[in-house]
Amino acid sequence: MRKLPALFLALALASPAAAQPRDTLTIGITQFPSTFHPNIDSMAAKSYVLGFARRPLTAYDADWRLACLACETVPTLANGLAALETTPEGRAGIRVTYRLREGLRWADGTPVSSEDLRFAWEAGRAFETGFGPAEFYRSAYELIVVDERTVTLRFDRVTFEFASAGDFTPLPARIERPRWEADRRGYRSRTGYDTETTNPALWNGPFRITSVQAGAAITLERNPHWNGAQPAFRRIVVRTVENTPALEAQLLAGQLDMIAGELGLPLDQATALERRAQARFRFHYQPGLIYEHIDLNLDHPLLADRRVRHALILSADRAQIAQRLFDGRQPLAHTSVNPLDPAHDSGVRQWPFDLARANALLDEAGFRERGADGIRRNAGGERLAFEFMTTAGNRSREQVQQVLQGMWRQAGVEVRIRNEPPRVFFGETLNRRRFQMAMFAWISSPENVPRTTLHSDEIPRAERNWSGQNYMGFRNARMDEILEALPEILEREARLPVWRELQAIYAEELPAIPLWFRSDAHVWPAWLDGVRPTGHLAPSTLWAEHWRLR
Amino acid sequence: LIGLVLRRLAQIALTLLLLSAVFFFLIGLMPGDPIAVAIAGDPKLGPEDAARLRALHGLDQPLWWRFAAWLGALAQGEFGHSRLFAQPAAQVLWPALLSTLQLLGVALALAASLGIALGALAAARPRSAGAVDALAILGQSVPAFWLGILLIILFAVELGWLPAGGAPGEGQRALGFLVLPVATLALANLAAYARHGAASIAHALTEPHIRTARARGASCARVLWGHAFPNAAVPLLQVAALDAGALVGGALITETVFARPGMGKLLYDAVLGSDFNLALLALLLVALVTMLATLAADLAQRALDPRVVR
Repeated sequence: MRKLPALFLALALASPAAAQPRDTLTIGITQFPSTFHPNIDSMAAKSYVLGFARRPLTAYDADWRLACLACETVPTLANGLAALETTPEGRAGIRVTYRLREGLRWADGTPVSSEDLRFAWEAGRAFETGFGPAEFYRSAYELIVVDERTVTLRFDRVTFEFASAGDFTPLPARIERPRWEADRRGYRSRTGYDTETTNPALWNGPFRITSVQAGAAITLERNPHWNGAQPAFRRIVVRTVENTPALEAQLLAGQLDMIAGELGLPLDQATALERRAQARFRFHYQPGLIYEHIDLNLDHPLLADRRVRHALILSADRAQIAQRLFDGRQPLAHTSVNPLDPAHDSGVRQWPFDLARANALLDEAGFRERGADGIRRNAGGERLAFEFMTTAGNRSREQVQQVLQGMWRQAGVEVRIRNEPPRVFFGETLNRRRFQMAMFAWISSPENVPRTTLHSDEIPRAERNWSGQNYMGFRNARMDEILEALPEILEREARLPVWRELQAIYAEELPAIPLWFRSDAHVWPAWLDGVRPTGHLAPSTLWAEHWRLR
Repeated sequence: LIGLVLRRLAQIALTLLLLSAVFFFLIGLMPGDPIAVAIAGDPKLGPEDAARLRALHGLDQPLWWRFAAWLGALAQGEFGHSRLFAQPAAQVLWPALLSTLQLLGVALALAASLGIALGALAAARPRSAGAVDALAILGQSVPAFWLGILLIILFAVELGWLPAGGAPGEGQRALGFLVLPVATLALANLAAYARHGAASIAHALTEPHIRTARARGASCARVLWGHAFPNAAVPLLQVAALDAGALVGGALITETVFARPGMGKLLYDAVLGSDFNLALLALLLVALVTMLATLAADLAQRALDPRVVR
């Protein structure tokens, strides 16, 4: 028994809570990347980790402006790096020139070159390779190597996003091309990114991956050949803890220095933690592009009536919900366009809580009588009742559902809650449009044209094999025209009135009830500075070389 | 004995084959499509991408065809590739299996030894039976996830003695990361051993040969452990064998609460993520471990009790 205290002491010394040198930053996130290949499968965990270790050509920065990361200058028509032209098929096209930043090297010392971009383009164009979104590669029909650091891409479609290279990122041709050429279909499982992840020749960011513990942790160390600003940390450890109470416990126990907002604590948990641990950590809430809303199935006869949709939003006190449940940290949405987005129209119609007006609209829609249960009925005795669905197990959404259920009951509207696991909800119910009201979120990028969610061609139907994301079944001829025209308007100033009209139609027609834009809760140690969350898909780690000790 | 072992191994192989078909079709018939879930999280993935990715993952083929292809590959020693981890399924599975076996092995040994000791105490000293019963009820009724959280708060957050969870990183000792998950899992399972142990040993103590041993002047400890326990151990072995499989379920909770990578969590993710290769391999491995543990228990039972002839 006398050995017991000694055992505890030994364990305590072995604990990671023991002080670590300040040249290491240990970060907690809730997901582990399914692959380390930059172009295979999109997932937030991969973007976050690879943000330390590689640089895409361009990315939207924290000010939501397109910036060059691996290139020297953002191509524009004005600087001549972009030029309108006609494709060999006679269509309107554009050629865009990117020049790689001087001194950009893979972590084994080899310069990043045009050949690396050519390989990335060829692999992306070969659709059996299995890269994720392929629209960029479908449109980029030719790549011309100008010199060792310069390439020109020719696109068969002109959109205002021509300068954004998106996921087009140099891939080390020396390592990857032989694997790809040996078996294009099997490249996904043969890529060096997943079979020899710690090979320095794969990484060109300020850090390189030096160790991977599958499902648990990734260690990154400085890239000795990085010629940008030198990072303050010698080592970054990214630990995956999927269970958020366990994540919080590890933070409090000192095993983690910070929790990344991009993949961290839910807002309610973060605000509760802030109240308890304000002195130890800095908390930052970054509103972002994740748009929480309730899709309404417009083929439902009652929801097809615009007065009913207006009454639903008027009788839902969204501001109060956002205040009570999220400490007012999630900005209210009036349409799908985020207030931080340059395309946002601050004069768009808003729908403040107004129960009297909601009641009047429902009377007008024919639901005058209330039964003994308080629910409205029309002249035919039909009850004003809907089924309300969301992803089961999402505590925050389930709370919102319950509050909304109570608010709508005040207006004489019954909603019955029926939730499903995400796999069934997204995989079956939404895309087959087997819902009446469905609460979920869309994620987008700055000035993202919502064609896939609002164009009438994108309504999932059996004859299209249920593809498309206009789950609401929204059909509006003017909206279709706008969605087709908007991408082709190259001047930002000329686009703004069109964006205004798009938002006006959305706010008036209300195919969905806008709720709020989700905020990411970042928890940083008091001694860390310089992290700038973006609120969109580009993670803060893309600028990790600017993170500093206070 | 060799004949028995060979017969049982053949039965195990046949059972695994049948189970693989059942598991494959059950996972395949689960509603939902992983590609549709991926599309919901990526605004740039369009319908054409979805069709292409479904074809790439073989999700556009009929289920029976996929099962036949999987069996064919298995016959050539090819366990397939994990869709969720972009690694060969076996490569993903082994570290998780080792981690879980480490957790389960220590937890099972601790639960069994402490539980049996408490059971023996209750059997030998009937006045302590009430306290042992109370302890057993407490162990059984405290949910593992709640106990885990309590232990984390006390030993990791408040006292800072032990890590709150996770896996040991480079240069960190594995023992510290094992203490709280093992304690949680062992406490939850200790009750069964205490109660079964108490009943079995109490019954064994009423046997005539115990009276003879006492008459010959054997000490209490000698009577308890040398004469009563070998007879009482036979049913306890079966409890332990069945526990080997059931503990994987417990490991899921423990591994989730302590963010410890292992089979429980891996299995859960693979099934929900429609990662056929990984899910099948993991499920079959759990079934195999359970069946081998049962076989081992049967063999041990034969060794302990020569009357058992099958």
